[in-house]
This record gives sequence, structure tokens and C-alpha cells, in this order.
Amino acid sequence: MDYFAQQLINGIALGSIYGLIAIGYTMVYGIVGMINFAHGDIFMIGGFIALISFLVLVSIGVTAVPVVLLLVLIVAMATTALYGWTVERIAYRPLRHSFRLAPMLSAIGMSFVLSNFSQVSQGARIKSIAPIITGGYTLFETGGFAVRLSNIQIFIVLTTVALLLAFSWLVGRTRLGRDMRACEQDQTMAALLGVDVDRTISMTFVIGAALASVAGLMYLLYYGVVDFFMGFVAGIKAFTAAVLGGIGSLPGAMLGGLAIGLIETFWAAYFSSEYKDVAAFSILIVVLIFLPTGLLGRPEVEKV
Amino acid sequence: MTGSDILEVTHLSMTFGGIRAVSDLSFTAGRGAITALIGPNGAGKTTVFNCITGFYKPTTGMIRLVHDDNRDFLLERLFDFRIAKRARVARTFQNIRLFSGMTLLENLMVAQHNPLMRASGFTVLGLFGAPGYRAAERAAIDRARHWLDRIGLIARADDAAGNLPYGDQRRLEIARAMCTEPALLCLDEPAAGLNARESEALGELLLSIRGDTGTSLLLIEHDMSVVMGISDRIVVLDHGVRIAEGTPKEIRDDPRVIAAYLGSDEEDAVAEMEGSA
Repeated sequence: MDYFAQQLINGIALGSIYGLIAIGYTMVYGIVGMINFAHGDIFMIGGFIALISFLVLVSIGVTAVPVVLLLVLIVAMATTALYGWTVERIAYRPLRHSFRLAPMLSAIGMSFVLSNFSQVSQGARIKSIAPIITGGYTLFETGGFAVRLSNIQIFIVLTTVALLLAFSWLVGRTRLGRDMRACEQDQTMAALLGVDVDRTISMTFVIGAALASVAGLMYLLYYGVVDFFMGFVAGIKAFTAAVLGGIGSLPGAMLGGLAIGLIETFWAAYFSSEYKDVAAFSILIVVLIFLPTGLLGRPEVEKV
Repeated sequence: MTGSDILEVTHLSMTFGGIRAVSDLSFTAGRGAITALIGPNGAGKTTVFNCITGFYKPTTGMIRLVHDDNRDFLLERLFDFRIAKRARVARTFQNIRLFSGMTLLENLMVAQHNPLMRASGFTVLGLFGAPGYRAAERAAIDRARHWLDRIGLIARADDAAGNLPYGDQRRLEIARAMCTEPALLCLDEPAAGLNARESEALGELLLSIRGDTGTSLLLIEHDMSVVMGISDRIVVLDHGVRIAEGTPKEIRDDPRVIAAYLGSDEEDAVAEMEGSA
């Protein structure tokens, strides 16, 4: 029971990270109908920018942890958002009206560009950072096994909840959110009502990248390491999460993220940690076979 | 073109491969007037609309729109959302294109994107809830509610648009187009699928729109009771060519129109014309 509770906590923390990345996949799919394979690498870029910002802040003598975290969060979100915008602008927008596979191929190419760019500019070695958020609470202790809730886990979950609240407000209650949903349903009609569809799509990429950068920051804080290749596996898992939740569905992405995080954690805890990725991807296959629209997805309606 | 015209279409031709959908068509639409574009199926009416609203680039010809303040726009050179934003041309479709997953109110709010966009300082101020933006948002909601009230759907403001009955969806689409505050509203078969009573109500709605807002209307319609009842001028197309233009009375009495279109029932007319071509 104690072991189970501990794994549950770990799984939720990991699932929050996947969920934040998955939202980026599902948003982009909803509005332009493509899988942005470079999104995992945007997450990796977010992690690197967070690392660099930490080092810069510490070297200029800012050491108060809340201040540092807030500044890093802002810098990482802004810079990564710029990456997201640029990727869309140079790799996807020119191919918008091309054949269906073109943007996907371009996305795969962009994924390589971003990871190789990081490898060349930051080096191929794993970068590590000393723990920034330390400590935690022992919830209960039985038979020598203590169930611990660390501060970093609290930080991850609270930040995720706050971001999700802000994000659902943005999508549900603001002009930008309305425009995004309108473009998702009928881009031509939205344009006829005066909505700049290209700009709305750009904003979707910007928001998705900003959320992924927060995931990158959390990953850095949680595991203490980043490397140029981490976007690949994390990205594919988040994509799995988006498909599991029902691609195109925003609550589905978060739900799928949590599910993948929990499955992976429990698999590693009870069966074998070597095969945790296999477990996660087996889920993808099972979902695609038995539940192609995912947990919360709608069946695809072909537009005329 | 006289000063009282809002739209001037000159020598418009549209060719798809070897097919000439519209051939050297010229007509004008009066400011604050209701102009109907009629003709048998396949006459090229929707193609004309698609050229006006930027879906097609005309093969040749000019489409000029003049606002009240004499600023003019060449629609064939404007792209995409700029036709709605700058030239203020709005349009409805033969097959209804509402945002069916969004509420009625949200549908009308999307149509007010541009004033809100300006007020939100291109998103930035809006995010921080600047007072100017809040006021603009309130004004937009008021305008949306005004139009919902007018089409009798205010009680369903928060329902999904896709759940409305067909006739209500038609009226909602018109209300949404009006929320863009258009100078010219193009309606593609607004009475299609409506029963006689609904068609009559539609005619009244269009007349009241013209009367209250001074919006110029350009209308494609097969329902002759609507066309004859509300139009100030009628342009008759057949095989992409203008065959007549005039007031409803002139059109009703025009032998060419009678021969081509009005004298017999619509399908017979099409069959006849295809036979004679």
C-alpha cells in the first residue's frame, strides 16, 4: 500500500510533465491537422534554456529560489515560444496548402534540426544541475518504508494545475481562444469573418511551445539533467498521451499524460524498469486498435 | 458606375480549365439596396460570389467596392481575411457554415474579431485585462445579444449552434455576418430549405437589416417570392452571361427571362436551355 502510494505520487508528477507536452501536440493537430514531430525537441530546447538561465542567474548572484524560479520560468517560456513561432513560420506555413504529408516530413526534419543544433551548440554530453528545490514531507511511514512527497513534486503539480487553469480560461473565455476554436472548426469561414487564420495558428504554436518549455523546466528540476536527445523519447510519449486521450481534445491530452505517467511508473515499480517504454508504447498500439478516437476524442468528421 | 453604387463588377470572367463559368459579366449593386442575382442552376452565380469574396481569383475583370467615405477597394487584389477586415464584405453560404461546436453567442463574438483585436492591443493588453479591452468586450457582447434578440434566439444564446433547427441556423448565419458590420452582405440562397412562412420571415429580416443598418445586400436566390418581394434590382445570369437586368417588374415582363427561366418551372428551364445550347 505504501509502495503503491509512493508510486502514485511519482506517476502523477511525471504524468504532469507528459500532459503539458501533450497539449502542444493536440492543439496543433486540432487546428492544422498535422502532428508536429518537432514538438518534443521544443520541450528539449525549453529544458536547455531553463538550464542556461539558471546558470546565468546564479553567476550574476541571484540566489533566492522563488525569484530564480520565476525568472527562469518567464525566460524559458518567452524564448521557447519564439522557437515555436519560428519553426511554424519557416517550416510549416509555406507548406500549408501543399500535399498532406509535406508538413509532416518538414516536422520530422525540423526535429532533427533542433536536436542537432543543440548538440552542436551545447555539446553532446548530458548536462546536469544541482538540485534547486530540495526537501519534502514524509506523509506516513510503516514498516520502515516512508512515503515521501518532495517539494519538487508539489511544485510540478501546482504549476501544472495553475497553467491548466490559465490555459482553459484562455481557450474558453478569451478572444484568442474563440478564434482558435473557430479556426479549428472552419478556417475558411473564420477568414471570411475577418480572423487572420495564419496569425491564430502562429499563436497556437507559441502557446504550445510555452507549455512545453515549462515541462522542460520541470524535467530539468525533477531529474537534474538535460541532453540534446531527450526530446525524442519524451516527445513520442507525450504524443502517445495525446492519442490516448483523443487527439484534438485538450482535457484528453492532460488525462492521457497522467495515464502514461502512471502506467510507466507502475510498470517500472512492479515489473521491470527496462521495459517501461515498451509498456507505454504498447498502450499506443492497443489504443490505436481498439479505441482509435482515444478516451475523449470525437470521431473524425471529414469537412466538405 | 454612379456615386450611388457600392459594388461595380466589370468584365468579370472566370475560367476553369476549358469551362467558362462566368463570361464578361458586368453589373453594379446599389448602395443601401438589395440586388438579386438569379439564374438557372449552373449559371455562374456562386462563382461570382466566390470571386467577390476572394475564394477565386478572377481570370479577368475588376471588382470594385466603394465605401460611404469614397474609399475604394479592388476585391480581386485583396486576399483572405482582408476582404472581411478592410473592404467589409460578409457572406453566408448555401450549405450553412456555422461553428457548430461553439455557442450562438460565441459564433457572433468571433465575427467581431477585428474590433476586439484592436482593443486588445493585439492580444497583449487583453491578457492583462486593460479597461479599454473590457469595454470593447462588453460592447461586443451587447451587439451579439442585440442580433440574437433580433432573430429571436436570445433564449438559446449559450446553446451549441449545431443543435439549432435548420431555419434558425440560417438566421444565425445572417446575424453572424451582420456582426462584422459589413458594407456589403452577400447571401447565397438564404431561403434554401425554408418553408413558405420562414421564407417570408426571412424577407422581412433582410428588409429590416437594409432599413436599419443601411447595409447593401447582394442576394442569390431561387425562391422567386423572396426575390420579387424584396429586391430593388435583379440581374439575371444564364451560362455565365448576363441576359437581363432591371427592377422586379421589368424582369418579370422580360421575354428573354421568361423564356430562359421564369415561364417554366426551374428544372424544365434548365433542361430546355441545355437542349438549346
